[in-house]
Amino acid sequence: MISGFFIFNQKGEVLISRLYRTDLRRSIADVFRIQVISNSDVRSPIITIGSMSFFHVRINNLYVLACTKNNANAALVFEFIYRFISIAKSYFGKVDEEAVKSNFVLIYELIDEIIDFGYPQTSETDTLKLYITTEGVKTQPAPEESSKITVQATGLTSWRRADVKYKKNEAFVDVVETVNLLMSAKGTILRADVDGHIMMRAYLSGTPECKFGLNDKLVLDKSERGVQGAVELDDCRFHQCVRLETFDSDRTISFIPPDGEFELMKYRSTSNVNLPLKIIPTINEIGTTQVSYLVSLKANFNNKLNATNVVIRIPTPLNTTNVDCKVAVGKAKYVPAENYIVWKIPRMQGGSETTLSGTADLTAMTHRQAWARPPIDVDFQVLMFTASGLLVRFLKVFEKSNYQSVKWVRYLTKASGSYQIRF
Amino acid sequence: MSKAGEDAKFFQRGKIEEFRKELQEAETKDKKFIKRKTALKKIVANITMGNDMSPLFPDVVQCLVTPSLEIKKMVYLFLVSYGRSRPNQVEYVIPAFLEASDCHDRNPLIRALAIRTMSYIPLQAVLEALVDPLRASLRDKDPYVRKTAAICVAKLFFHDAVLVERESFIDMLRDLLADANSTVVSNAVAALMEISERSDKISLKLNFTVANKLVMAMGECSEWGQIYILDSLLSFVPQTCQEAEQLADRIVIRLQHANSAVVLTSIKVLLFLMNYMDNKKVIEFLCRKMGPPLVTLLSSGPEVQYVALRNILLIIQRRPTVLRNDVKVFFCKYNDPIYVKLAKLEIMYRLAREENAKEVLAELQEYATEVDIDFVRKAVRSIGRLAIKVEPASDMAIQVLLELIDNKVSYVLQEAVIVIKDIFRRYPGKYEGILPKLCQNIDVLDEPEAKAAMIWVIGQYAFRIDNSEELLDDLLYSFLEESAEVQLSLLTASVKLFVYKSNSTRAKDLVHKVLKWATEEVDNPDLRDRGFMYWRLLAISPATAGEIVLAEKPPISTDTDRMERGALDQLLLHTGTLASIYHKNPETFIRNARGKALVDSPALNENSRRVLISLPDAYMPGPAPNIPPPPTPSTKPRSTRDTSPDSAGDVSNPASPAVGPPVPHDPYANLESVFGGAYDADVPRPMTDGPGRRGTVVDDEDLLF
Repeated sequence: MISGFFIFNQKGEVLISRLYRTDLRRSIADVFRIQVISNSDVRSPIITIGSMSFFHVRINNLYVLACTKNNANAALVFEFIYRFISIAKSYFGKVDEEAVKSNFVLIYELIDEIIDFGYPQTSETDTLKLYITTEGVKTQPAPEESSKITVQATGLTSWRRADVKYKKNEAFVDVVETVNLLMSAKGTILRADVDGHIMMRAYLSGTPECKFGLNDKLVLDKSERGVQGAVELDDCRFHQCVRLETFDSDRTISFIPPDGEFELMKYRSTSNVNLPLKIIPTINEIGTTQVSYLVSLKANFNNKLNATNVVIRIPTPLNTTNVDCKVAVGKAKYVPAENYIVWKIPRMQGGSETTLSGTADLTAMTHRQAWARPPIDVDFQVLMFTASGLLVRFLKVFEKSNYQSVKWVRYLTKASGSYQIRF
Repeated sequence: MSKAGEDAKFFQRGKIEEFRKELQEAETKDKKFIKRKTALKKIVANITMGNDMSPLFPDVVQCLVTPSLEIKKMVYLFLVSYGRSRPNQVEYVIPAFLEASDCHDRNPLIRALAIRTMSYIPLQAVLEALVDPLRASLRDKDPYVRKTAAICVAKLFFHDAVLVERESFIDMLRDLLADANSTVVSNAVAALMEISERSDKISLKLNFTVANKLVMAMGECSEWGQIYILDSLLSFVPQTCQEAEQLADRIVIRLQHANSAVVLTSIKVLLFLMNYMDNKKVIEFLCRKMGPPLVTLLSSGPEVQYVALRNILLIIQRRPTVLRNDVKVFFCKYNDPIYVKLAKLEIMYRLAREENAKEVLAELQEYATEVDIDFVRKAVRSIGRLAIKVEPASDMAIQVLLELIDNKVSYVLQEAVIVIKDIFRRYPGKYEGILPKLCQNIDVLDEPEAKAAMIWVIGQYAFRIDNSEELLDDLLYSFLEESAEVQLSLLTASVKLFVYKSNSTRAKDLVHKVLKWATEEVDNPDLRDRGFMYWRLLAISPATAGEIVLAEKPPISTDTDRMERGALDQLLLHTGTLASIYHKNPETFIRNARGKALVDSPALNENSRRVLISLPDAYMPGPAPNIPPPPTPSTKPRSTRDTSPDSAGDVSNPASPAVGPPVPHDPYANLESVFGGAYDADVPRPMTDGPGRRGTVVDDEDLLF
């Protein structure tokens, strides 16, 4: 298991170092600095030197590192680092050098609590916040109160306090779908799939028992495929709070939610994906001096909806000197530093169509190398639309005090860096 | 009160004396202990920066009596950092202190904190003093204290195994397996696993009842606890197929968990249990269940994706039905990190078959124009391997390779030549039409492997290439400067040329020149001996020489680049761990690591038993550090990546013996040769402290204390 936990800044200075085992020394940080931080060509998030293995994750300008000297569970180590990052985010907003330095005592306190002898322990933010607070400990918690904490930290619903109270009981459900598209130059879809996340913000009093329902025709097993009009999910995964046994037996999603925001469910769908934006590029190299562009864009969804923050990055050859392009909607600009034409459209109505046309001038190169033609990349957001067709049918809340609760559901389909069209 | 969130200002190097003074001043007039807190924060920041703060030991320890949890925690951190280096002072302070207060505090958080901290200080006096409080804590009424105490036993064992055994803590730990609280149970499991990993005497063995109970408890555990329990299930050996099936049935639902480590560890257990099943339907069902969660792992962060991909590569070799139809999800995204791309490429090749070869090839062709050189080379190699693996796709693969050659990118060209040589060997007489095209590009080749491949082609097809004498003559100019690999193939190619064109004076001159060089001017004994052999062969009977040199070669296939079954079964016991990243058993690269092997039982599947690899009786520790692993035998004459078709086997005995059974103790020893040559360069592997690296890498010894 984990022998040491470190945080470095970009310069390789140690911001946090905590050893859990005596099989390493603090100077191990130097090895990491030489092998990874000052190495311009790091080709793996895991390196093993001698018997020591280094697992690192980069976030903003930081390196978060866990070291181990045994055959550790690599997935667990990375999941733990991710979890640390999300706990840190929840405690002090952002995770960067500034934040780590400003909260280093708190971080030491946290990492003492969430790992013991290299074994990850309680890592539910909600519970941790009961006894590790940013305000410093004003008074020591009374023993009775501490017992409540310890029971929760080790108990059945370690993610929720018992005494949550709200005047108004509300639950917000956000269905967020990320569309991944890879289209070949010939216009065939190589892959199109949806990574869905159902985020929930629960502001509910007491210990509410929730039941969650999706589309009536929801197919989860490949063998049942082919049902007309059904939404087919390839796989779904649930937050720790969801009772997997019940889901397995009768497909109902039942749980006692943590207080506040959490990710209830993740899913993946590869069939019947509705692609919200259609891009048809016609890009030709004219001799060795010019490239002509004609990129048309169609919003392929209900005209009552809008796509927002549409950003299309159209690659240009490395030896481009100047780009002249025209667009009817939005703004297009050549960004020489990134070798892209960036076309931004703040809002685009469903059903509408628009094009970009232009030419790029190239300089002559003595050593001509073929242009690698990286794919066109599109980012966008469409509210109240799901590419998979998934809908939330109901969210029921049962609590012994029988209060009324208000539920809100939002849908968002987006792409960022994963909607790619080759040409 | 110093609010957290403003601590950055303490991140400054300071002097011991200043801090001491500050602490002393804080002893008076320190309302709410603000002065002390500030001083301690500065000290902690300095510890982090690597400043030695240990001289402050007595001063800091003084603060322990301050009734503030925040201060207490900082002092504990100080103790954990420097306790080891100040044995005398610790011995005075701590034991007495332990007895006196914290361990009997009414607050369970503080009781737990006390034993947790003390057990981090590996000094005999502290450990001895810990025994009684620990015993009490293991029976504490508060589950939080018990779960902390369980891990403490493992810590204690790490430092002093004898003490733990003497005080019979192991039995107490075993009792905790039946604790009412699931978190306590899972920590006890983790502790017992850790101990049995280190001990020769104690090993965790579960029977069906206990295993079942643990699985039941899993539903109430934290995600990490679930992983500890899942891990422990490998210490259960099913005695009947029913046991294995029942347990698997309960574990399958864990595949839906959000934590990828829970998913991968569940898969490990399922794969393990499948060895003890005979019902094909159940096995199929489980395989079907495993696919989608594995794919979903690819939407995690890139690091977890990488772990998943390396594991998928192993799993699909053992259970080919898993992900059989999912090759598309492994297509690379343009912005995937390079390690993800390389891992995906390998899987794409594995999953390629007749039905999807077209798509895969088109995809590989796309990659061959990207910018990362390693990735491009591997893509080109994969095209060639695909041609060899999937016969119906070979035409298209050749087409793609020719297109790539036309791009004239040097490293693409070199890679293409290397794989085309193999394609020629796989499909003799089918693609020789492209010879002229290859010959046009000879001048670009500057890498030994590519050069050697091209020379082999010229020699082998000397009768079809009109200007073969001329080409070979050109290549021979630099004979004496070439690497051994190229020299060897030049030698053989010249002999072949002479055999084909024995009437040509130029060929005669050539072979004479080369033989003279090889036998008189070169120091390499291989080359010299081969030179002498050819020479005598030709001198005695040119006809026989021809028969031998041009003997029909065994066709190559890709069968050998699949890992041996028994070895796979063994490696899959490490699914999700470091070993699964490197595809090596942990005992081969981690010192003191334990090997794992399937255990025979009446339920063990016939197929698994046949290839069963058992661990050596006496436990063999891994290789000592700094000794590079023994050179891997490259005796795989029929492998696709056999880079030396001209090696002696080709000359002396075409039907060279097939690969013998793997060496029992290290079945992976010869796997590395599978991909041979430069192709190997990007395969993840632990770094050994080889001579080339000395200087940049700290010795393993140095990493110890």
